Formats: sequence, C-alpha cells, structure tokens
Amino acid sequence: MADRPVPLKDTRLLDVKLGQLPSWFAMRNFTPSGLTGAVRRGYDSYLNKYINVKKGGIGGIAMVLFGYVVVSYVWNYEHLISMIVGGSII
Amino acid sequence: MLSRLGLRAAPAALKSLAPSLSVGVLHASRPFHTGQHCLAPLPPLPEKGGQVRHGLIPEEFFQFLYPKTGVTGPYVLGTGLLFYLLSKEIYIVNHETIAGACTVGVLIYIVKKYGGDVAAFADRLNEEKVAKALAVKNDSINHLESIIEQEKKEQWRAEGRSYLFDAKRNNIAMLLETNYRERLLTVYNEVKKRLDYQIAVQQLTRRKEQDHMINWIEKNVAQSITAQQEKESIAKCISDLKMLSKSPQAAV
Repeated sequence: MADRPVPLKDTRLLDVKLGQLPSWFAMRNFTPSGLTGAVRRGYDSYLNKYINVKKGGIGGIAMVLFGYVVVSYVWNYEHLISMIVGGSII
Repeated sequence: MLSRLGLRAAPAALKSLAPSLSVGVLHASRPFHTGQHCLAPLPPLPEKGGQVRHGLIPEEFFQFLYPKTGVTGPYVLGTGLLFYLLSKEIYIVNHETIAGACTVGVLIYIVKKYGGDVAAFADRLNEEKVAKALAVKNDSINHLESIIEQEKKEQWRAEGRSYLFDAKRNNIAMLLETNYRERLLTVYNEVKKRLDYQIAVQQLTRRKEQDHMINWIEKNVAQSITAQQEKESIAKCISDLKMLSKSPQAAV
C-alpha cells in the first residue's frame, strides 16, 4: 500500500467508515465538471469490469436492464397506487 | 455472451441509456484514451469480467456478506426482502406481474439454451478480427526481415569491392603489357627492315662494282691481247702439251 493515512478527501467510497460518511459526502466537489467526472468514472468502471472483457456473460447487460426495470417501477409507483385506490387493478 | 456479441453495440446502447452528458464528449472506453496519446501498445483485454451470480447480483455482494452470515446469508436477505415488498404492497401484484414472470421465464430459457452457441459465434468473429490484424503484423514483420536480409547481403557484396578492383587492375596491367609488347615487336620489325635495306643496298653496290670491274678488266685484257700475242700463246700451249704427252709417268 502506498501510504496508510490518506486524507479523507481522497478516500474511495468503500473505504470510508460509516461515521465519516456525512463529512466525506460534504467534501466531494459538486461542480458540474466534478459531477460529470464522477458519472464518467462510474460509467467507465462498470464498462471495464463487465463489458470490455474477452469472455463476458449475461450479467453485464442483465444488470443494466434490471436496474432500468426497477427505476421505471419506482417512477410509476404513484400511478400504480392511484389505480388501486381508484378501484381498478388494471 | 451478449456482451461478446455487442462489444461495439453494448457501449453504444449504454451510451444512449447514460445521461446526455456523454454527447459531445469523446467516447472513451478505456481510461488510457482520456489523457494524451499513449503510443505504447495497449494491454490486452482481461479474460473474464466481474463475476455475476444468477445473472443479476455481483459476486462481491456474496463475498461481502459471507464473513457475517455464511453462505445462505444473501439468499435469506433476498427472501426476506421479497416478502417485505410483497406484504407491504411496495411491489403490487397485478396483471403485469404475470406478463413479467412469463417474459422472464422465456428469456431465461432462451439464454440457457442458446447462450453457448451465441458466445461461440461471437468468439469466432473476434478471433477472425484478431487473426487478420496478426496476419498484417506478421506480414509486415516478414517483409521487414527480408529487407534486412537483403541489406546484409548488399553489405557483404560491398566488402567484395577490393577483389573487384584487383581484378580490374590485373586486366588493365595485362592490356598495358600486351600493348607494350606489340609495340616492341613493331619497333623490332621496323628496325630490322631498315637494317635489311641498308645491307641490301651495300650488297648491291658491291656486286655492281665487282661486275663493273670484271667487265672492265676483261675488256682491257681482251684489248691488250693483240693477234700476235694470241698466236704466240697458242703455239706455246701446243708445245707444252706435246712435252707433257711425252712423259706418261707424270703424276696423275
């Protein structure tokens, strides 16, 4: 390992202790370029781990589709609830 | 398997799913392309991606829960979560549930049955691409190596220059020698001809002088012999002959 006492600003999310989470979250940079960089980093890491390999599996795309299904269910939850309350189950 | 098929298609599809921030930004599939141009060859793709269990849950989740809950931990968590969602009506069971369940069943059946074949097909496509690139690389390497061989041969040939020049020098020396000797012969012949001429002239002169002298002497002698001297000489000759015939014991 390079150096043990890494400043809190630069630690990765999985290395942050639970109590330090709020302070760590406050220290991230929320500028547009920072957000873009964070999204780009997440996208690239997912791609490199599950897609850009010689023998990929179904998991790479299946996880994305499952995430899409979950997100669309969450976004349509209110409409579903209103349909049940309205009496019809359609 | 699908990811193998769509090694180009999947990032494009994901790009459309990702927020529109990626529009206008150069699509970088590897972190190496975001910086300056790195001219070293890229490392090859990893063999296997991140492990995913049941096609949906990354293996890291199971490993994360293993120390605390053992092997069945995540499954118990999943079951509990499912019952919680169902009982609290956070997940509502309606007609779409049945449609979704049938779709998922059909999808799982298709993936299990034809996944291997699709994967093999995609692998074959990839191998053809790699083989073509390798063939180009090997062709250029062989071509360059043959050029190197020819270059070495040319260098070896250039070393033989000294022999070439020696042979040329020998040729020229021989030509010079031949020419010299021809001219020597010519000189000898010319000189000999002149000397022969001189000798011939001398001999001619001498012969002419001799002939002239003989003729002159004969003429003078013939003139000096008068008729009387001729008679006397003839008589003397006859008397000599008579004397000789008298003595037959003369030595013969």
